[in-house]
Amino acid sequence: MKAKNQRLVLTLTALGALFAAALLAMSALRNQASFFYSPADALRAHVATGQAIRLGGMVERGSLSREPDGVTIDFRVTDGIAAVAARYTGIVPDLFREGSGVVAEGRFVAPGHFVADTILAKHDEKYMPPQVAGSMHETKSLAP
Amino acid sequence: MIAETGLIALLLAAVFALLQAVFGLSALRPGGEPLLRAVRPVAIAQAAMTVTAFAMLLLVFARTDLSVKLVAEDSATTLPLLYKVTGAWGNHEGSMLMWITILALAGAAVAIFERRLPERTLAATIAAQGVIALGFFAFLLFSSNPFERLPMPPPEGSGFNPLLQDPGLAFHPPTLYVGYVGLSVAFSFAVGALLTRDVGPAFARAMRPWVLGAWIFLTLGITAGSYWAYYELGWGGWWFWDPTENASLMPWLAATALLHSVSVLATRDGLRAWTIMLAVVAFSMSMVGTFLVRSGILTSVHAFALDPRRGAFILILLALYIGGALALFGARIATVTEGNRFDPVSREGALVANNLLLSAILGVVLIGTLYPLLVESATGEKLSVGPPYFNATAGPLALILVAIMAAGPMMRWRRDRLAAIGRRVAIPAAIVVVALVVLLVALPGLRILPLLGLVLAAGTAAASVAPLWKRNLRRTPLFTYGMVVAHLGIAVSLAGMASESAFSQETLVAARPGETVHVGPYAIRFAAIDPVAGPNYTAVRATLVATRGQGAPIALSPEQRSFDNPPQQTAESAIATRLDGQLYTVVGEPVPGGRWQLRLWWKPFVTLIWGGGVLIALGGALSLLGRVLPRRRAKPERDGYAQ
Repeated sequence: MKAKNQRLVLTLTALGALFAAALLAMSALRNQASFFYSPADALRAHVATGQAIRLGGMVERGSLSREPDGVTIDFRVTDGIAAVAARYTGIVPDLFREGSGVVAEGRFVAPGHFVADTILAKHDEKYMPPQVAGSMHETKSLAP
Repeated sequence: MIAETGLIALLLAAVFALLQAVFGLSALRPGGEPLLRAVRPVAIAQAAMTVTAFAMLLLVFARTDLSVKLVAEDSATTLPLLYKVTGAWGNHEGSMLMWITILALAGAAVAIFERRLPERTLAATIAAQGVIALGFFAFLLFSSNPFERLPMPPPEGSGFNPLLQDPGLAFHPPTLYVGYVGLSVAFSFAVGALLTRDVGPAFARAMRPWVLGAWIFLTLGITAGSYWAYYELGWGGWWFWDPTENASLMPWLAATALLHSVSVLATRDGLRAWTIMLAVVAFSMSMVGTFLVRSGILTSVHAFALDPRRGAFILILLALYIGGALALFGARIATVTEGNRFDPVSREGALVANNLLLSAILGVVLIGTLYPLLVESATGEKLSVGPPYFNATAGPLALILVAIMAAGPMMRWRRDRLAAIGRRVAIPAAIVVVALVVLLVALPGLRILPLLGLVLAAGTAAASVAPLWKRNLRRTPLFTYGMVVAHLGIAVSLAGMASESAFSQETLVAARPGETVHVGPYAIRFAAIDPVAGPNYTAVRATLVATRGQGAPIALSPEQRSFDNPPQQTAESAIATRLDGQLYTVVGEPVPGGRWQLRLWWKPFVTLIWGGGVLIALGGALSLLGRVLPRRRAKPERDGYAQ
C-alpha cells in the first residue's frame, strides 16, 4: 500500500468507527434518556406508564407514610401546582423528609402513581439539585 | 498574615508563569538562544511559589483561621485535624489551588528531569505549560480567591460536608489530580513538538514516561474514587455513570489510547499525527472534566458551589486552550512527515483498532455526558442520561476492546499472518469456549453482558500472560512485565465487574434486635443497637453477627451518624471482606415496632474490581521503571513477542 493510501484508509476507518459510535449513541439516547418532569408537567404531558423518568419537587408535608414491612414508604411529590403519589422501597437518603427537595427516578405504574427505583435528595443543607431549584423557581413565578 | 503570604505567593507564581511563557517562546526566535537557560529556573520558581501558596492554605485550614472566608464556610474548630487539613481541598477554591499546584509541579518536574528532549522543544513545552498555568492563575485570582478575608470572623465555621469526612479524601482527590493534571505535560509536549516541528520516535520516547506517570495516578485515583463511593454512599454500587465519574473516565480513556499510540510512534515511527492529536485530546478531556465538575452545572457531591461566572470563565479558558492547540495542530500537521507504513494485520493494526475503540467509547461517554446539558441549553427541556444508556453503548464496545487487547500482544510488528496468529490465540480461544459452555450449562439464567464478561475475562487472563510463554523470564524486560500485569489487571477487574453484576444478592428488611436475617450464604443475627459518640457526631451503631455454615462468626457494626455542623445524617456501612467476596451492611432508620431498617448485600468477588485497578496501575509502574531505568541488557528488542 502506498503511504498516502494508508493514511486515507486509516482516516476513513477512524471516521467510520466514530460515525458508528455516534449512531449507536444516538439510538441509545432515544431509548434511554430519561426526562425530568415536575408533577404538573408529568400530568400535563401524560407520561406513558413504564417510561423511565425523573420526577422532581418537594415531599408534600403530611404525605409521608410507611408500609407495615418497614422498608416501603408512600409520599407525594409536589411542585405547588400538582402532586403525584409515589412509592419507594429501600433506605431513603439522609435528609429525605417532608418539605425537602427530592428527585425520584422511576416510572408511572398507573396514571398519578409513581414508583421510584432511586431517590436522590440534596446532599447537604446548602445544596439543592439545580433541576429542583429550577422547577421551584418556575413554580414561584407561575403562582399568583 | 498567613493568608496574605499565600495570596502574594500566588501573584508571584502567576508572574513567573508569564515569564515562563514569554522566555520559552522568545527562546524559539532567532537570537533567542540565551533565554533557553532561563526557562528551566523560572518554571521551578513558579512551582516553588505555587507550593508556598498551597502550604499557606493548608496552614490556615489546620489552624481554623475563621477570618478567612473559605475556612469559615467549609471548616469548623470541632473537626478532627485530618479533616481540617484535607478539608482544604474539599471545596471549590481549595481544590482549584491544588489543581494548579500540581500543574506547576508537573512543569517543574519536566524542567528538572527531562533530558531527552532537544533544548528548543523543551523550551516550547515549558512555555506551553506556563501558558496553561497563566489562565488558571487568572481564574483563581479573579473568580476563586481562596485567601479572601472576612471583615467579621464568625465565632464558629459552618462545618464540613460529612460525606467528605473520610480518610478517602486524603487520597482520592490528590491522586486523581496528579493524573488529571499530569496529562498537561503530554499536551505541552505535543504543543512544543508542533512549534518546533519535531515529531518522531525520539520525541515519543521522551514523552512516554510522562504519559505513563500521569496514567498510573489517574488509574489509581479512579480506582480509589470508585471504592470510596462504594463504601461511603452505602448504595452498594461501585460505578454510577455520574457525570463527575465520567469526567475522570474520559481523560483515562484518551490517556490509555495515547499510551498505546505513543508506543507505536516510539517503536515503529508510525501514527505521528494521531499521537499528537491524542495528547491534545487527553488533557482537553481533563479540562472539560474540570469545567463539568467545577462550573456547578452538574448535580453532584463534587459540585461545591453554583456561580455562573466561574463556569463562563472556565469555558472561555477551555475554548482558548483546546481551540488554540487544535488550530496549531491544523496549521502544522501537514509539515509533519508521514511515519512508517504497516500491514493491517500486525501489532500496529491491533493498536490502531485499540485506539479506535477507546476513542469510540470516549465518544459515547462524552455524548451521554454532554447531551443533557446541550438539550437543556437548546430547548430548556431537562433530562438525564443514566446507566442504561452507558451500559448499552460503552459495555459492548468495551468487550470488543478487551478481546482485541487480549490478541494484540500476540501479533508481530509490521506484518503478521492470520494463520500464525490463529495458532497463537488457540489456547485462550479454547479457554473462552470451555468457559462459555460451562457457564451456559451451570448457570442458564445468566444475562448476556455478565456472561460475556466472565468468559472474556478467563480468555484474556490466559492471553495476557502468553507474551511470557517460552521466554527467558530473567531477561524479559520490565516493560513487558508491565504490559502483562496491566492486561491481567483488566481481566481481573472485568471478572469482578461481571461477578458483581451477575451474582450479587440483596436483602432489605426491618428487623428487631435479636432477629436473624439471611443474605447469600450468610445468616446474620441483629444482636444489638446502641448509641455511640464520635469526635463531632453522634451515632446509632447496629451490631450484626454474621455466620456462614460452620465458620467463625463475623461481627459488623454499621452506623447511622448524625452531624450537627452542618446538620446532616450519613450512613456508615460496615463491610466484611472475604476471599470470595464482600458482605456489605447498612443500617437505616428506626421504624415502628422497635424495628430498624437493614440493607444487606453479598457481593461475590467484588474486590476483584479494585484489585484489578491496582494491578493495572502496578503494570504501568513496572513499564515506567522499565523505560526509565538503564536497560538490563544491550539488545532488548526482538522481533515477535518482545516489547
